[in-house]
Amino acid sequence: MLNELTISEAAARLRKKEFSTRELMQSCIDRVKQVDGKVKAFLSFDEEDALAQADAADKRLSEKAAETTALTGIPIGIKDVLCVKDHPLNCSSKILGNFRSVYNATVVEKLKTAGAIMFGRLNMDEFAMGSSTENSAFFTTKNPWDLTRIPGGSSGGSAAAVAADQVLAALGSDTGGSIRQPAALCGCVGFKPTYGRVSRYGLVAFASSLDQIGPFTKDVQDCATVLQAISGIDPLDSTSIPEPVPNYEKSLHGQIKGLKIGIAKEYMVGGLDAEVNAAVQKAISQLQSLGAELVEVSLPHTDYAVATYYIVATAEASANLARFDGIRYGSRVEGADPIELYSKTRGVGFGPEVKRRIILGTYVLSSGYYDAYYLRAQKVRTLIRNDFIKAFEKVDAIVTPTTPTAAFKIGEKSDDPLQMYLSDIFTISCNLAGICGISVPCGFTTNPKLPIGLQFLGKPFGESTILKIAHAYEQTTNWRKEKPLLKG
Amino acid sequence: MDIKYVAHLARIGLAPEEEQKLGGQLQHILGYIEKLNQLDVSNVEPTAHAIPMVNVTREDELRPSIHNDEALRNAPAKANGLFLVPKIVE
Repeated sequence: MLNELTISEAAARLRKKEFSTRELMQSCIDRVKQVDGKVKAFLSFDEEDALAQADAADKRLSEKAAETTALTGIPIGIKDVLCVKDHPLNCSSKILGNFRSVYNATVVEKLKTAGAIMFGRLNMDEFAMGSSTENSAFFTTKNPWDLTRIPGGSSGGSAAAVAADQVLAALGSDTGGSIRQPAALCGCVGFKPTYGRVSRYGLVAFASSLDQIGPFTKDVQDCATVLQAISGIDPLDSTSIPEPVPNYEKSLHGQIKGLKIGIAKEYMVGGLDAEVNAAVQKAISQLQSLGAELVEVSLPHTDYAVATYYIVATAEASANLARFDGIRYGSRVEGADPIELYSKTRGVGFGPEVKRRIILGTYVLSSGYYDAYYLRAQKVRTLIRNDFIKAFEKVDAIVTPTTPTAAFKIGEKSDDPLQMYLSDIFTISCNLAGICGISVPCGFTTNPKLPIGLQFLGKPFGESTILKIAHAYEQTTNWRKEKPLLKG
Repeated sequence: MDIKYVAHLARIGLAPEEEQKLGGQLQHILGYIEKLNQLDVSNVEPTAHAIPMVNVTREDELRPSIHNDEALRNAPAKANGLFLVPKIVE
């Protein structure tokens, strides 16, 4: 089935005219129609629009072959937090009503320029706040490996759609693990770039100092291809950084002999599931047999990362989400004066987790509490960042489990926000430190069979190095070739 | 936390039962956050951005921007090329 192909396989065969982009797109659409009633990764998709984009790609492939790229004609699913001109955008929230984007996000513009097809709106936790998609105002996405379990979040729709072969790749956003955690739980590759590597223009902001956009793919090579296409400075995002973008695919040569890979002792303790630990230890041995040198490193402030994150991220969110006030876009509940209008609109439009976080963020920034919470958290953020700076003086990358456990049951943590927050313990520090990270499959639990993810953390702008290591590891395994059964 | 007051600052209208539930959960989360007080941060500079940022400027020249119709396209209430809002000044 064409929808099961990787980007590199599909690109090669499109060029040889073995099939058309329209056939590839139709195959993904058919797959969505066949399985998404169960998986529920898509909030919506526009079949006519997708096929029109496919026809345009076919035209380009036949008439202007020189202007095509590895992404020409490739269907890519889009998390419902990124603007695609004239497509709906809801951030899986009710507050945006019938919003349609008036411009393209820079990443979307770049992918379109490369010839990719922007396909569908993928479910997420409302405004990217959550780790399970249970906070979506519409429905919960199911894990393709076990439909009674969560796919992870917040980009759960993106991960599930790739894992279930509904798209060849997808975009997501990662503020505290929202790409890497669902990628790990659904068994695909997910990448969180260095802060500033990818333009955030057209990404609905959650926490501006932490957010980055990144790809979900079926293998590391495809990850490098998509990352290549979306990286680089953008005049429309003043936080994008003028650092040259290296050729990522060139680093995928399998040679990791002599590279120093750090093992953080603070990541191998308490709450780590035995099967996850075993899979990660096996992967670490594999890295060693590939010639990597293992070095113990210490990240002593790891235990403070979740608390720091929930101050910094909620503070930034409380400011960013002030724009959803019922005035310029989205739904509105009328009131006698503006304040009543705002309060009613936001009271009805936001779900419980978004309210919880905005109120927490407002509190930590409020007069009399700023120093005790926000300023202190920013200082602890410095300590967390310094841990990584120090570790990266000794090593080229750090290897960790992506998550402490495999996918949990739907409903298992939804009544306890703090337990849900703690499931992000291994991914959060990366965003606070502004560094890059990737999750790749490293095995399965036995009963039930659920994917396990391995995380590599890299230096700022060390994307090539972690792609190289992840690729070298991946090539010695067959995890990526196993397919979910879509059963509960 | 005075949940009523903070919800007002955040312009979020809460039903009484919501106030109670959220209040309890937030108290629990704040209890967890207290652990940051275990650290001595007296000589630590705060980090606002993990990667050093510089001011970005551009030439002060005209360039295309979103058209009025487009800007109003998603408005819940509009008239005469403007957003409609409740009366602010008597």
